[in-house]
Amino acid sequence: MHTAPILRVRDLSISFGAVRAVDRVSLSLEPGERHGLLGTNGAGKTTLFNAISGDVKLSEGSIEYKGRTISRLPIHRRARLGIGRTFQTTLTFADRTVEDNLRVAVMGSHGPRFAIGTWNRYGAQVQAARAVASRFRLDEVMEQPVATLSYGQQRELEIAMALASDPELLLLDEPAAGMSPQARGRLIEVLRSLPRSITMLFVEHDMDVALSLADRITVMRDGAIVASGTPAEIRATPLVREIYLGGKH
Amino acid sequence: MPPRFLVRHPYLLLVLAGVLFPLVGSEFWVGTVAARALIIGTMALSLTFLTSTAGLVSFAQAGVAGVAGYTLALLSPNVTGVGVEVAWPLAVGAALLMGTLAGVLVGWVSVRSSGIYLLMITLAMSVSLFYLVSQNTEVFNGFDGINGLKAPVVWGIDLRAPLPFYGMALTAAVLSAAAVLYLDRTPFGSQLHALRNAPRRVSALGFNAVALRIVAFGVAGFIASVGGVLNTWFSGQMSPGAVDVHAAVNLLVVAVLGGIRHPLGAFLGAITFVLLENYAASVIDRERFNLVIGVVFIVIVLFAKDGLSGLINQLRVHLNPAWTGGRRAKTRRKAA
Repeated sequence: MHTAPILRVRDLSISFGAVRAVDRVSLSLEPGERHGLLGTNGAGKTTLFNAISGDVKLSEGSIEYKGRTISRLPIHRRARLGIGRTFQTTLTFADRTVEDNLRVAVMGSHGPRFAIGTWNRYGAQVQAARAVASRFRLDEVMEQPVATLSYGQQRELEIAMALASDPELLLLDEPAAGMSPQARGRLIEVLRSLPRSITMLFVEHDMDVALSLADRITVMRDGAIVASGTPAEIRATPLVREIYLGGKH
Repeated sequence: MPPRFLVRHPYLLLVLAGVLFPLVGSEFWVGTVAARALIIGTMALSLTFLTSTAGLVSFAQAGVAGVAGYTLALLSPNVTGVGVEVAWPLAVGAALLMGTLAGVLVGWVSVRSSGIYLLMITLAMSVSLFYLVSQNTEVFNGFDGINGLKAPVVWGIDLRAPLPFYGMALTAAVLSAAAVLYLDRTPFGSQLHALRNAPRRVSALGFNAVALRIVAFGVAGFIASVGGVLNTWFSGQMSPGAVDVHAAVNLLVVAVLGGIRHPLGAFLGAITFVLLENYAASVIDRERFNLVIGVVFIVIVLFAKDGLSGLINQLRVHLNPAWTGGRRAKTRRKAA
């Protein structure tokens, strides 16, 4: 079966002064695909990632989302089109409650955005926030300020917030970063259980997480793509073995 | 034990205190000291609203109040002979509108800056306004400003008289404070808090962070304008002195004294400021007021990070009487 790709990156280059962080990268994601982006530090993964979400301006090339060029759209417009993202360093509303974080997240892409009735009037949005919370077992801590949660729970909230906006394309920037093996396992479980209506692109350092989650993997080095394929193919690539299994960094 | 609704809404106690104050205060205390504190508090509220919700700072709030003040002055009967005279409700409406627009402009110009840079850019705008009104003689009458302004007589009530004026200032302050506390409980309020915590995340969720910021400055501009209108009637004149750097600094001092993490800190700061101003004059030389306020400011900044409202909060948590149903009372109940 062949469908139109949900995301297509064409000949994308990003330069910071003389440094070419991303060099003529092309990438395309089928709807429902789980796509992993691998590479060492400085390989350009996060820059590519930020270009897709809109945080970084691209120098050359184009980004198409559902057949529409989004290269010049601001971040919030891309989010409203259904592109959700998480951050490598947790970016939550730390002194607010978990519930407030999630209900704000729900309203981001679906509105109403300039709502000035009291929260009681937005029952549907609050319900949606609770539904996301229960998926991550955050319903127990709904009334707590985020800053009082454990690190693992904060990471889960990070992802829950992106999901609360009901994205079609979910960009995950090292979702399991710094988590304990136990919490990692639970997170992978939750991510795997997400419906295939959500396409995922994720950056991950941990090979086990990446290989267990992805349908396809793209490996980057020095801003360019050096390998691409199924987890099994990638595992067998000599270059990847060199990078990840005892090679020089 | 106080009545239940007062426990659930402690702010009503403050309103009650405001309403009952004329029974105990002399005409001077009501019409001059208390009214002035309410006006300064309302202007400072526009700043504490910005800081406590969206985490934005502004040196321009006195300037924004000044835009409202000058608009009112130019549209009201005055002895200086400038401007156009219109009916007072129209003049007040125009003043609030222009002040709000000035607030929006401040937000729009400063949209890419935060922290110390935001403070600097808003200060620059405030200073620009000062030089505009002090050097332009045709419209603003330069340094002398516009004099002989009076609050109107409405339905036979002379709003210039101490008690009616106090009533008007109290009403304005209470409504402004209620509006700010209300907004805090709406999605819009939550979004501003979100903006303070993680602006990047706010954009990534689909909010136009720029628009949110500008609207926040607009709301603050409106509140500052309410204070600006009352201040113009209170002093009976509008001159560059109301929008100079000193005025901008005073407002910031008031907000920090009261505590910028709670919107109502503005009024605590204003009361302290006005009391010090009055007592400093009688205890030591009037010229030494800045020394007194400076010392108090330093003490507060050093020993009470969140100002007087922060101190009260600490005290409340510390004492935590059972009837307030506070956290400690709850834990005790749970433990039992």
